[in-house]
Amino acid sequence: MGIHHELNIKDHLECFRNDEFKKMIENKRKQFEDWVGEEKVKEVAEWTKTWEYRELNFKREAISINPAKACQPLGALLCALGFEKTLPYSHGSQGCVAYFRTHMARHFKEPVPMVSSSMTEDAAVFGGQNNLHEGLQNAIALYRPKMIAMNTTCMAEVIGDDLNSFINNAKEKGLIPADFPVPFAHTPSFVGSHITGYDNQLKAILQYMTDYFEKYGVDK
Amino acid sequence: MGLRVVTQWSGDGTLSEVANAVKVKYILVHCYRSSNYLARYFEEKFGIPWIEYNFFGPTQIFASMRKIASLFDEKIQERTEELIEKVYKPRLDRVIEKYRPRLEGKTVLLYVGGLRPRHIITAFEDLGMNVVATGYEFAHQDDYQRTLHYIDKNATIIVDDATAWEIEELTRKLRPDLVASGIKEKYQAQKMGVPFRQMHSWDYSGPYHGIEGFEIFARDVDMAVNGNVWKFIKAPWQQ
Repeated sequence: MGIHHELNIKDHLECFRNDEFKKMIENKRKQFEDWVGEEKVKEVAEWTKTWEYRELNFKREAISINPAKACQPLGALLCALGFEKTLPYSHGSQGCVAYFRTHMARHFKEPVPMVSSSMTEDAAVFGGQNNLHEGLQNAIALYRPKMIAMNTTCMAEVIGDDLNSFINNAKEKGLIPADFPVPFAHTPSFVGSHITGYDNQLKAILQYMTDYFEKYGVDK
Repeated sequence: MGLRVVTQWSGDGTLSEVANAVKVKYILVHCYRSSNYLARYFEEKFGIPWIEYNFFGPTQIFASMRKIASLFDEKIQERTEELIEKVYKPRLDRVIEKYRPRLEGKTVLLYVGGLRPRHIITAFEDLGMNVVATGYEFAHQDDYQRTLHYIDKNATIIVDDATAWEIEELTRKLRPDLVASGIKEKYQAQKMGVPFRQMHSWDYSGPYHGIEGFEIFARDVDMAVNGNVWKFIKAPWQQ
């Protein structure tokens, strides 16, 4: 046990507080940063507490600071996670899903399965149908879900991918079983928030499954 | 080393530092997958050369320090040698002396992003560990070419953009003593009973690069691999 103590290893916060680092930071500030000085920092800090600053702040129209919202696909994926043996599928680039998985894993402290159609430049030009078809086949082969709940991302929406026809094409071509449920929602990230996304996906799943159960029966 | 660091990007950088950047002699690139674009622009536009360096683990730290010093005059080189021999090497030798016997021969599955899938390999090797698989999430072709310099081509598996399923299978097949990756893989590995260390944002600890960083790295890896908690939970292949 004593091994860590013996070497006296300092962690991230403490390790930058020794004299060597303090001196380095001070030097950098003096020589290169064009620093305004302690006084000015205090002055501005005080100013931000005034009525004048408050008015200026509220007048802003072009931006919102710390908006309490995330983009639609996040809500859609969260919604899809709630259904039994359902694989959330995001039709877009890998990055989107990677960050959502990070976000969800951090929040739930659980591994979170989500997949994407891994669209790249060529998909943006020629449409994402091939990516989507390949993705569906792979996802079903690897994860064996009972249902795949699909949503779109900015990229798919900008190029105008039509999920309905893509999924129907996949079924017509026999790439996935005709009775495999793939509810889908159009969730462009640049409209609404994660709350709209959740609602859109929920509505899509309920609507799709109502038709599905009517067609195939509830036991299926 | 006697060098004057004019600016650092992007962490802690300021506008005036950025403005000063055109006057520097060399640009040192740490994160190859993002800063290389900037560095290349500076090279084309202002003719400032850049080099990539690696500050993970003593072997690479000292090699990089010497590489950087060799760009400058003898005075700098002498100071660098002195610094390495008298200050940094003894300091890190102590760390290796402590931790290497506890970690010798252990295997690692590394799956991160940026440049760490190759740069951290030697840091593990400094501790006597073997990286049996390494992989990137968003790497380009040149990343893989650079990775080949670091690995044993017959013994290390390289994966590209692995899914959760693939990482799980890989862990099952390779049976590593440590999975070093990010938060997405954390709970998956831990639920399999495999020690895990977060390599991405160092949310819980770090930094892992540099002199201080290697000490923290060695301690954290030891805590993960030799942690008592893993005696109570078994990996699938140990059951």
